[in-house]
Amino acid sequence: MNNQSRTDAAGAPVGRFGAYGGRYVPEALMAALEQLDEARLKAKVDPAFQGELERLHRTYTGRPSIITEVAQFAEHAGGARILLKREDLNHTGSHKLNNVLGQALLTKRMGKTRIIAETGAGQHGVASATAAALMGLECVVYMGTKDTQRQALNVARMRLLGAEVIPVSHGSATLKDAINEAMRDWVTNVETTHYVLGTVTGPHPFPEMVRDFQRIIGVEARAQVLDLVGRLPDVVCACVGGGSNAMGIFHRFIDDQSVRLIGLEAGGEGVDTDQHAARFSTGFPGVLHGAFTYVLQDEDGQTLQSHSISAGLDYPSVGPEHSFLRDTGRAEYRPITDIQAMDAFSLLCRTEGIIPAIESAHALAGALEIGRELGPSAVILVNLSGRGDKDVDTAARWFGLLDEGSQLDGLEHQ
Amino acid sequence: MSGVGAVLAKTKAQGRAALVGYLPVGFPDVQSSIDAMVAMVESGVDIVEIGVPYTDPLMDGPVIAHAADVALQNGTRLSDVFTAVRAVADAGAPALVMTYWNPVLRYGVERFADDLAKAGGAGLITPDLIPDEAAEWMAAAERNCLDHVFLVAPSSTPARLRSTTSACSGFVYAASSMGVTGVRRTVGDAAQVLVTRTRLVSDLPICVGLGVSTGAQAAQVAGFADGVIVGSALVRCLSDAGTRGEGLTALRKLSVDLAAGVRNGR
Ligand SMILES: Cc1ncc(COP(=O)(O)O)c(C=O)c1O
Repeated sequence: MNNQSRTDAAGAPVGRFGAYGGRYVPEALMAALEQLDEARLKAKVDPAFQGELERLHRTYTGRPSIITEVAQFAEHAGGARILLKREDLNHTGSHKLNNVLGQALLTKRMGKTRIIAETGAGQHGVASATAAALMGLECVVYMGTKDTQRQALNVARMRLLGAEVIPVSHGSATLKDAINEAMRDWVTNVETTHYVLGTVTGPHPFPEMVRDFQRIIGVEARAQVLDLVGRLPDVVCACVGGGSNAMGIFHRFIDDQSVRLIGLEAGGEGVDTDQHAARFSTGFPGVLHGAFTYVLQDEDGQTLQSHSISAGLDYPSVGPEHSFLRDTGRAEYRPITDIQAMDAFSLLCRTEGIIPAIESAHALAGALEIGRELGPSAVILVNLSGRGDKDVDTAARWFGLLDEGSQLDGLEHQ
Repeated sequence: MSGVGAVLAKTKAQGRAALVGYLPVGFPDVQSSIDAMVAMVESGVDIVEIGVPYTDPLMDGPVIAHAADVALQNGTRLSDVFTAVRAVADAGAPALVMTYWNPVLRYGVERFADDLAKAGGAGLITPDLIPDEAAEWMAAAERNCLDHVFLVAPSSTPARLRSTTSACSGFVYAASSMGVTGVRRTVGDAAQVLVTRTRLVSDLPICVGLGVSTGAQAAQVAGFADGVIVGSALVRCLSDAGTRGEGLTALRKLSVDLAAGVRNGR
């Protein structure tokens, strides 16, 4: 797999994180990927672009996002100090807008008029629909039918914002299949369309570009923690679906060797069952959606279906930079079961008055586990990647909170 | 010269284009798919493209994606591909395997090349592996005298047309229009423009695929290409049929029609 022909001036492979990454795509997309790479590299050093993005983040996203210390929640974590990076307070309710605003600005720079996106939890779709409304772009969002049902609120939000939502019913009818469908659209309409990929996977330059747009999370959080605690955290926790909120908060800490970086994957019903999305527990390096990275697959290289109570983590592959961080040992990855995540979800609601996204609840569950391992002297920074409004249906069912005969909107399909 | 090269040289000498027919292994089941491939060869298909069913066929439209789903549901394995290759080779046509990359990667690139060669295969067409990522495969292919066919597209830049065609052996696969596989009512000008652009940078034969479904369209493409690749329309013969027998009859009829088409292009 070490056969990259493209290298940078220093001879390092372009678009690779160690052996991982690359561009496993139809030739039809190569011109668009090269155009995108050129545009994002120019934008990266262009003060006008950076100024515009910074202005949008300040006046529209609501950045910088705050950090909140959650002492009552932390009592259940062996007394460790737990600090939440509040990406849930961003406009649209998650970290996804950080990346989408950057890519929407690039779309305009490339002279394209239409964006497409995949979405699992619906948060990336909502962020894309939002940016499209703001910037006058046409927007189409692909979403698996399993997810349109469990995240029905977000389907309505996207439609309110003027986006077209196309349900995808084949395969596992989740995020993986939504990406396949978005890729098919992109191959067909690449002249006019930019594919706003929502996480740090896909062909180069997506993993690097999305990470760069999300990196602001860690840059802010590092300064905020230093300010509040007077030292770096011992651990940074984040949930890992494709891996964008995790790369976003990890990246600024990579050179801080004392800081442990811990990614929490969806353990579903347990990694000893076939109902999970723990790529690093049972997966194998391979290619999916344009990148060489860990993939849940059988011995014929067929992708296995993943499972998670959380739509945003229900994905059989993971961003290639995480594969690199895992193999080099710079980051650790652990599975969190549906039950552990929902317990942490409930605990944060009741102890702190914050309803997290179920995705983010996996990171909270990880913090509880690690806090108990490390004890009261530990400082743990958790990326609270999103808020839980979209998950009220799922949580109400899980905890049996619905009165006999009553029904929340959107539940009739389930 | 490779088996594919020899066939394309022969059809060129005959003053016609070659007919390349695609079918996936395992649709509607393994044995029926192999029978269908052999029937295509008997009905005038010059080169068979054997599809490997894959869970995430992102270059394929609904017809082929559905066939892949069925093949996987009924338990088709990668090893069945080698059985199909052997049957096609025995029927007298070069067998090119068309596969997404992950199944080969998981099997082992070297091992796949060895086993493909042992089964009598002619090479690979790789829709999601561009030459930039293919050094290991190309080396293994060379060692086993297998062809490595890559795709060019209307969106390919001049630089990429040059680098991709120089990495190809056997022929250059020109994806005639932007988009996924599927039957199209018209074969657009894009195909002819792409072939013209490709000829400027390469001496290899050029086969055109994506969208051809009738003898008349095949004739049109044969007017400017060295080979005409037909996929979804052949698969549809099998998926639309009431019985296996009817499927084979429809497939033979279309193959004969297409074979006449590639002889009427010039
Ligand atoms: C709130 C939230 N967190 C996390 C994720 C997972 O994505 P990623 O791993 O790219 O951050 C999602 C995806 O939909 C999400 O909505």
